[in-house]
Amino acid sequence: MMSRELRQRFDVLVVGGGPAGMAAAARAAESRARVGIVDDNASLGGQIWRGESQGGRVKDSAGWTERLQAARVTTLSEMRIFERPEQGALLAEGLSDLFELRYENLVLATGARERFLPFPGWTLPNVMGAGGLQAMVKCGLPVRGKRVIVAGTGPLLLAVAAYLRKHGAEIPMICEQASWSTLARFGVSLFGHPNKLRQGLQLRRELAGIPFVANIWPLSAHGRQSLESITVSRHGKTETIPCDYLACGFHLVPNIELPLLLGCQIKAGCVEVDDFQETAVSRVYCAGEPTGIGGVELSIVEGQIAGLAAAGRTTEAKQLFGERERARRFANLLERTFRLRPELGRLPLPETIVCRCEDVPYSRLRPHTSWRAAKLHTRCGMGPCQGRVCGPAAQFLFGWDPESVRPPVFPARVENLAAHAGRTEPQHSETTGGLA
Amino acid sequence: MLSDVTVMVNGRPVTVSSGTTVAVAVVIAGQACRTSVNREPRGPLCGMGICFECRAAVNGQPHCRSCQILCEPGMEVRTDE
Repeated sequence: MMSRELRQRFDVLVVGGGPAGMAAAARAAESRARVGIVDDNASLGGQIWRGESQGGRVKDSAGWTERLQAARVTTLSEMRIFERPEQGALLAEGLSDLFELRYENLVLATGARERFLPFPGWTLPNVMGAGGLQAMVKCGLPVRGKRVIVAGTGPLLLAVAAYLRKHGAEIPMICEQASWSTLARFGVSLFGHPNKLRQGLQLRRELAGIPFVANIWPLSAHGRQSLESITVSRHGKTETIPCDYLACGFHLVPNIELPLLLGCQIKAGCVEVDDFQETAVSRVYCAGEPTGIGGVELSIVEGQIAGLAAAGRTTEAKQLFGERERARRFANLLERTFRLRPELGRLPLPETIVCRCEDVPYSRLRPHTSWRAAKLHTRCGMGPCQGRVCGPAAQFLFGWDPESVRPPVFPARVENLAAHAGRTEPQHSETTGGLA
Repeated sequence: MLSDVTVMVNGRPVTVSSGTTVAVAVVIAGQACRTSVNREPRGPLCGMGICFECRAAVNGQPHCRSCQILCEPGMEVRTDE
């Protein structure tokens, strides 16, 4: 299929249609800038507000959706950015067309993905991310009567369990790896964040009757063609629980591939920004999870600051600094509470797959001393996901830092790579070619 | 009321409500999305276009992330190629 090449030009281009991106685009466009927002999904909302446009219920995203429409923001859906041919331009692949998006100012709101940890059986169908299973249910997967164990760490587990139960799932157990004592301290700290406390109590009501157990984590998953049961570690003993789905959430990892490609500074896996959310690259801003995992409230306020700053409204942006500071304090509290315990790094057996794209087992990675060496010798991280799943896993298991990225940041169709071959020099010529 | 959509998954019809993704249709059909290098069945993992475990051929186009594509009437999905 030949693709057409289309060009668009914006004062402010926002990459990512989640809460941070929507807030940035709305605030920039309300300042009379010509604004575009690009996202790879069929509709805006990101992961947290996914599917709300169809449900008919007025929720958090509604206000921002209306503001985007009122301010005449150009929405570019189902479009994935894969390359930067030159400064001030990005290439995006649509379902059939190729787009060149030109900008004066750029806001990166690329969000986060779930961290996956390998354990025996984690590659079985129906073992999914916690957010992943929720996304599938929002996209039509029926879970009525299904037994879903929700395991991992953090408040996301509770939100996912409540959502699944509302859709008819039976939740035999919520397994939280953090200890009871850490959770108790967290509970006390919540009194300093009344909004969060209210949300927490609401969740507790929605989850009434579901066993919530701390100090517990999955050891292995079992099944023939798909998941049938999981074994958990509980007070030093093991316990096997039958289930239809396992929803695993081991915290989030910022999506920093595009910021890296654009030359932004990265520190401890997050994009570095100044008070106005501007990165080390002039006129390139970053907001939301890529600057540090902080949740929806922090994402919205960072997005607003970035959007205002990108449109030159620094005085208005400054008025939001205090709100951002409060949201950051809560993010820090979450990080302290739900730090992953070291036992989770000892779950894989020698034959446990770590890189799912290339089926590279733990035993083949173990002898290596860096991510780069492991990639070169085992093809780990060189499949279509380009290390997005196994990279953060290997970082946790072996302490390897990911290296710089090279274009295309997502596998692109061969004709789209070829259209810009002179400028991009893709590493592979296959349709699903990954990074070399 | 949302209308229903019928797609073909490996030649068999699967009816889902509109707004359902191809990945969900494949799971409802009881099929694995893909077979791994070591011939293991794999299904969706991340649900958000990151992990590529749900990739399948959609209307003849190989390696599509089926979790990011909505079902359309008559769509041909193949996971067995």
